[in-house]
Amino acid sequence: MSKSVLRGLRAAALTGTLVLASSLALAAENPIKMGVLEDQSGDFAAATIGKVHAIQLAADEINKAGGIMGRPLELVPYDTQSDNTRYQEFMRRVLQRDKVDVVFAGFSSASREAYRPIVDQFNGFAFYNNQYEGGVCDGHMIVTGAVPEQQFSTLIPYMMEKYGKNVYTLAADYNFGQISAEWVRKIVKENGGKMAGEEFIPLGVSQFSQSIQNIQKAKPDFVVTLLVGTAQASYYEQAASANVNLPMASSVNVGQGYEHKRFKPPSLKDMYVTTNYIEEIDSPKSKEFYAKFKAKFPSEPYVNQEAENSYLAVYLYKQMVERAKSTKREDIRKVIAMGDVCMDAPEGKVCIDPKSQHMSHTIYLAKVGADHSISFPKTWEDIKPYWLGEAGCDLTKKDPMAQYTPSNPPPKP
Amino acid sequence: MDIATHVFSALYQFGDAFAFLVLSACGLAVIFGMMGVINLAHGEFIMCGAYVTAATVHAGLPLPLGILAGTVVSALVGVLVELAVIRHLYDRPLDTIVATWGLSLIATQGTLIMVGSTMAGVGTPFGSFQVGDYSYSIYRIVLFCAALGVLAALYALFNWTRFGVLARATIQVPHMAAALGVDTRLIYSLTFACGAGLAGLAGGLYAPTMTLVPTMGATFIMEAFVTVVIGGADVFLGTAPAGGLLAIVKSGMTSWQGQLFGQIGLLVAVIIVVRVLPKGISGFVLRERT
Repeated sequence: MSKSVLRGLRAAALTGTLVLASSLALAAENPIKMGVLEDQSGDFAAATIGKVHAIQLAADEINKAGGIMGRPLELVPYDTQSDNTRYQEFMRRVLQRDKVDVVFAGFSSASREAYRPIVDQFNGFAFYNNQYEGGVCDGHMIVTGAVPEQQFSTLIPYMMEKYGKNVYTLAADYNFGQISAEWVRKIVKENGGKMAGEEFIPLGVSQFSQSIQNIQKAKPDFVVTLLVGTAQASYYEQAASANVNLPMASSVNVGQGYEHKRFKPPSLKDMYVTTNYIEEIDSPKSKEFYAKFKAKFPSEPYVNQEAENSYLAVYLYKQMVERAKSTKREDIRKVIAMGDVCMDAPEGKVCIDPKSQHMSHTIYLAKVGADHSISFPKTWEDIKPYWLGEAGCDLTKKDPMAQYTPSNPPPKP
Repeated sequence: MDIATHVFSALYQFGDAFAFLVLSACGLAVIFGMMGVINLAHGEFIMCGAYVTAATVHAGLPLPLGILAGTVVSALVGVLVELAVIRHLYDRPLDTIVATWGLSLIATQGTLIMVGSTMAGVGTPFGSFQVGDYSYSIYRIVLFCAALGVLAALYALFNWTRFGVLARATIQVPHMAAALGVDTRLIYSLTFACGAGLAGLAGGLYAPTMTLVPTMGATFIMEAFVTVVIGGADVFLGTAPAGGLLAIVKSGMTSWQGQLFGQIGLLVAVIIVVRVLPKGISGFVLRERT
């Protein structure tokens, strides 16, 4: 029944986006068109509205400064409503009807895998500005978010050293959660630890009493929470009220859904997150970005990791187009192949790895205190997305348009 | 671990699942089970109750009063909805699906636009207690007691009060009730408001334990509908045993194989019950008695 409810919701939102898109079409002649497919309503909206705003902020700044090669940047936004089929519809629309030069799209890995074949089919060019489970080796995609070798190979060893070697994973039951859990398993084993247990939670589940008890039964030293969506975020409040009192480690919390702002302290006490950006980062670049963001969107509840990824991605795109003197994907990939596409982002210096078309990042370890304040016990600079390249993905030579995992690596030549 | 720990843990999990099913369903049991209005906006009445509760608690009210405010506001919204929309559709039950579905879209998207994508939580009161190796949230026990209280109150309301008799008479044979001088329009309004208020109460009670987002109603609606569908038309004799049965299946399967199997078990149980007892559990119980 909720499915049919969602379906109607889309219809309502579609009308709104059409009006918005047509009013934006007033821009000057021959603009560079950028499709923006992000969830502005539905279960993921809390984490993703900031991405749309960050793209608008970057586009405004670029247009004020003269555009890209003198051409204005025109956004073509659609609300994908946290729904995978909506991604497929709108991806076809932006590529076929709106004929955009580039698409910025996607929050959940399920939605990315839903639209990626369409990008490949219509020979499009898409940016996925989101942390995820890694492994996408596809020349049509650039990924600016962090991947497991950046988030887990820093976080898990730190947690095991500090708290102990018994690890429990609580993950969302879809491709992101399953593959991320595989990474956790692998890294725990490599570091001589043991999995005390694992549970996968269907998306949309909001009641966790039994899962909480399963965790208490397994007696882990810490819990890796890879819960996704607003319904699953109910876990923290329920675990805190049942006094589970275990440290938590995550690659998705705080940095995406700002749970430390939404829930009453101390439900997220001792949550450790590796993220490449959150608004609390105390550097001049970060402060400047945060101030610009708040000036344009004063009511923005939180400037999260994915907002920064989206913001820097617009500037990276500008740089690549200007260096390639073209918006054609083949020309842009020649620039990427040079291996020096870098920029000073709000988080620090980032570069595109030509082999995987993923980004190097500064990884911050954020710790949530009992009063939900954030401290940064550790920072790792210039962590590279090395896994795909080492495993055998090299987009400068061959484009397999596939996603790989540790248990399903690229085929050896 | 000794037997008592296991028994208590199983009872606690049962109680927790039972409370969620019954509190989600009781408002719908009145509106759908009793009045026959297929209310797809049920989840949004729950969301309304949760939001009002959180807002009033943020404004400084203690939580019980906040929950009361959530209940009352939902009931008032229920009256408005009944007057404006539902009233005109009592003899067109299929059209109520479209109308209430539209209402739910408006409510979800309207809340997103006006209040924003999330609302700050209020925190779960009361803390925890320890039994054996496990610690439990006291508030979950409160929820279980609230579910029992709501069931008892509904039974009393519809069986022992004049309003209850009039409501049942009006819904069973409206023209006869009208001929005997009952203001059937008023009774319909009040009954609908009662259902909407119960949904608001569920939202208020769960507000401290959940993420407050415009789509939060969707997490209740599946459980609410299956409980009412297998419960059948009688609010008390349907919802209580249906909640009990589904809670045993759900908590048992979840403890055995995890959340996914809990959901699968729940739906399989529903399919079996609907197949064996097409009139729901209350239909079966009432036929046995007569």
